[in-house]
Amino acid sequence: MITQGKQKIWSDYQKEIPDDHWYYVRSCIRQNFFPASEKMFTEITRNVLGKDIYETPHHTTCGGIAYHCDTIPQETVMTIVARQFALMTEAGYENYVPSCITSFGNYCEILETWHEFPELEAKIRENLWKACKREFKKPKYLAHTSDLIYHWRNAIAAKAKYHLVNKETGEPLKIVEHIGCHYAKMFPSKGVGGAEYPYVLAGMIESWGGQVVDYPERRHCCGYGFRQYHMKANRGYSVSNTWKKFESMEPFHPDAIITNCPGCPYFLDRWQYVIAEQTGKTYGKDGFGIPVFTYEELAGLILGYDPWDLGMQLHQVAVEPFLDKIGVEYDPKAKYLGLNKEDIMRPELPKSIKCC
Amino acid sequence: MNNEDNKPKNLFDELCKDYRFKEGFHTCINCGTCTAICPAAEFYKYDPRKIVSIVQTRDDQQIEELLKSDTIWYCGECMSCVTRCPRKNGPGLVIIALRDLSARLGYFTESEKGRQLLPLTHIMTGNILNYGYCVHPKSFKWEDHKESGPVWKWHTEHLEQSLARQGANYMGDGPGILRKIPQESLDELKAIFDVTGGTERIRIVEKYSKLKAEEMGMDFEEYEKQAFEYCSDKHFNH
Repeated sequence: MITQGKQKIWSDYQKEIPDDHWYYVRSCIRQNFFPASEKMFTEITRNVLGKDIYETPHHTTCGGIAYHCDTIPQETVMTIVARQFALMTEAGYENYVPSCITSFGNYCEILETWHEFPELEAKIRENLWKACKREFKKPKYLAHTSDLIYHWRNAIAAKAKYHLVNKETGEPLKIVEHIGCHYAKMFPSKGVGGAEYPYVLAGMIESWGGQVVDYPERRHCCGYGFRQYHMKANRGYSVSNTWKKFESMEPFHPDAIITNCPGCPYFLDRWQYVIAEQTGKTYGKDGFGIPVFTYEELAGLILGYDPWDLGMQLHQVAVEPFLDKIGVEYDPKAKYLGLNKEDIMRPELPKSIKCC
Repeated sequence: MNNEDNKPKNLFDELCKDYRFKEGFHTCINCGTCTAICPAAEFYKYDPRKIVSIVQTRDDQQIEELLKSDTIWYCGECMSCVTRCPRKNGPGLVIIALRDLSARLGYFTESEKGRQLLPLTHIMTGNILNYGYCVHPKSFKWEDHKESGPVWKWHTEHLEQSLARQGANYMGDGPGILRKIPQESLDELKAIFDVTGGTERIRIVEKYSKLKAEEMGMDFEEYEKQAFEYCSDKHFNH
């Protein structure tokens, strides 16, 4: 990637990220589709880096997906968020970190709207009191979980067992980064590196030894589109957008994709399976796909965690070719075992895309 | 079909009350940058530039046609348009305001894509009020999501064991992944819905959808299933 010029943009879009004491809220989609990534976030931040990451069982969805599916009014989503802030206030925290880009965008939009229209903030405070008898302070700092991993990327690199380097050739692995639209497209100043050339994932790739792949559709949406996926009738929209991205990145032969958003890794992984089943086309070498990772999965891999503890058995695109390039040790027979090595059978193999 | 008694005197004035509209609608110069960047415009017969242009006419008849059309439901709310608009407009925000008004007036039932608001409302608000999540394993069925692949079929067939292997606290007490949200917290969400119009929105969407189902000669379940699954070929850029 040509970084000249981008470094100037990146330097213009840096945000202050406190080093400790974060109030953590979970992601609806990640808990369903990448549960081990959330597990790894708390494992790395609390146990490897020794940070204070607080969670209460009483927090809920922020309502962001329902809002962007146009199913709840603005005052409803704002009051749900106000309740989340009240829980943070009651717990004595002022740094707020959601594990979801839709949530992060939702929080940014709501705080900005309240800033522009104080009468609306007053109305929401009134709503929250009527509904829950709670009051709140707004967060002093708002960051996304990837912002924190970015912030601690060099500390993670210092403890790394592996690097994003081809063990045979010594060359850096070529990594596509996919940011997720709601991270900074609405409020570029809220994301590390801004909206056009975000640095949050690029910084991790560089710190961990890889090489960032630049390609024409780098900023294109993964195709989630909220209602465009949740309605069966609309899913052609979703797969078409993923297809556009893969056609654009294919000539650059990426070894893997790292993602920021809860939904993006699911769509970039599963639509590769669907494209292969429908057309026979695969984007990796020898009939495999291009593996798609969350930032916690890649952080966990380089720190030496077992890929199956990181949840990589729930990917439809096989991760093994990428593990082999790095030289990660893993037990292929343990991939689909349950807790305590319980036999819970194996998934069927897809017809077209190669799996291990 | 639609509740004409409920219709405001002026649709443009009604849009102007919406904070998303206030944030997203300034003076549009019709440059088309939003359409050039829009993922939906490439896939559907969709042009956000035209939508903002129609709204800018302040012509109630044209705005009403828009509210009853498929067009406003094509956007994926990715907000790519917001980044690039040279005049700091947000066509995506204008769309959210148009959809909100279409829902409130019952106009959404007049289009195939608009009618999807019923199953969407049931899925999303059902998950929030029953479980405290927007997406939940109890309602995300593999049969409705075969694109999730054989790995997800296997995962859902061994859900509790697979989630335990991933470190989840599925339906358990205390903090953690996919924990059971305490009943008192779910009660607070319900109270928020009641106070803020969320409950009323569900009632309105169901009311107008039932009326439309009757008009189309369909029972309610069949109507909802068709809205979820059926896609005519009139929407696409070929």
